Amino acid sequence: MMSEDSGSVRPTVTEESVPRLPRHVKFRFDQARDAWVVLAPEKVFMPDEIAVEILKRCNGSTTLRDIIDDLAKTFEADRDTVASDVVVLLQDLADKGIITP
Amino acid sequence: MNALSPSPTKEKAGSAAPAPPLALLAELTHRCPLQCPYCSNPVELERSGAELDTATWKRVLEEAVGLGVLQVHFSGGEPTVRKDLVDLVRHAASLGCYTNLITSGVLLDGARLQDLYDAGLDHVQLSFQDTDIESAERIGNFKGAQARKLDLARQVRELGLPLTVNAVVNRHNLGRLEEMIELALKLGAERLEVAHVQYYGWALKNRASLLPTREQLDNATAIVTEARERLKGRLMIDYVIPDYYAKRPKSCMGGWGRQFLNISPAGKVLPCHAAESITGLEFDRVQDRSLADIWRNSPAFQAYRGTDWMPETCRTCDRREIDWGGCRCQAFALTGSADAVDPACGLSPHHAEIFELAEREAGAPPPPFVYRRIGGG
Repeated sequence: MMSEDSGSVRPTVTEESVPRLPRHVKFRFDQARDAWVVLAPEKVFMPDEIAVEILKRCNGSTTLRDIIDDLAKTFEADRDTVASDVVVLLQDLADKGIITP
Repeated sequence: MNALSPSPTKEKAGSAAPAPPLALLAELTHRCPLQCPYCSNPVELERSGAELDTATWKRVLEEAVGLGVLQVHFSGGEPTVRKDLVDLVRHAASLGCYTNLITSGVLLDGARLQDLYDAGLDHVQLSFQDTDIESAERIGNFKGAQARKLDLARQVRELGLPLTVNAVVNRHNLGRLEEMIELALKLGAERLEVAHVQYYGWALKNRASLLPTREQLDNATAIVTEARERLKGRLMIDYVIPDYYAKRPKSCMGGWGRQFLNISPAGKVLPCHAAESITGLEFDRVQDRSLADIWRNSPAFQAYRGTDWMPETCRTCDRREIDWGGCRCQAFALTGSADAVDPACGLSPHHAEIFELAEREAGAPPPPFVYRRIGGG
């Protein structure tokens, strides 16, 4: 865990990534707000519907390739469009320390 | 893709019921072995005999979660002086809260850290006064603090617990900001908070000893900007600037009574940790009213919530729902009126006079610290 977290290069999201939420991030449904929330140190984020669907699939065992396939199928969307949107979103979240690719 | 919006507040302007608070700062105690001259606790510190008991804190945590609080920050003083800390963390975690321990690290050993981990602690925020041992221990007035902090940081990471390094920066340690960033990386922290001292309470008493010059501030900002880009995805750096050198005030607490509440060791419910410095406001206690009732209806929370209270300058400003009028405690401390425009704002009639004085202080040799002590104000 330590060597991974103190790595010397920026983590890059690719379709080979197996994204997961690190221990310092909690993703759960909040009854009081009737909404999904992402809890991180000193930060609370409200993911939109697309981000919720992506984050639900970041389980640390599914490759991003399979996640994209699943999203494209579930939402009957063009796979290339889904792929580029998802990679951009997850790279942004990785840069913020919200997911580990 | 605007997937993550930073703030979930969906309140309607002027609506009667405010949106639920995001976070609770639980100040378990004002006791602390360190005596940092910029401590955020009030100058009138509460003694241990006045502290809420375990059962009351547990009830308050339940009420907070019921009200919509998502994160609980266990703070102080030094929260680890409380014998019931593990019990309280376990309770908060069982309620689904994100639990954060804000600590100086000097009283916490490995066994107790393990207990906190097992209780469900999510995150540790560890303060460092400086990277230079002598300077660090002079600021905290505690010999041997640095070695204990480094040791705790190592144990936090060995457990796999997330770590934030909290560096409160001022004219004594800003010259070593790059070393502080390196330290955070070396310790394996996920996050570094570079927070310039905010000048209320103890820090205002020590302003002439602490406030950096504008040049020091600009250097620091450049260092942080460069490091943030270079360390993307490895180390999150949050940066809090001293609004003395800003043209517009900060959005203090994200707006009074909008996102945060703070409970003092004796049970007073405050919109921010410094609010008690505003004399004339009455703060309700958790022993007397429910937290939900206090959040929604207490006069202290209503006093500066939203935009209705604002002076003309703020009410007609297009930033009124960006900075929410800045900081009420600062307005009170520097102008004598909590209703006034925050003097950090260039539109305040007091701005030039106050900040030119502060800038002159920053350029002069620093006077000795007034250390934070009970009865020492």
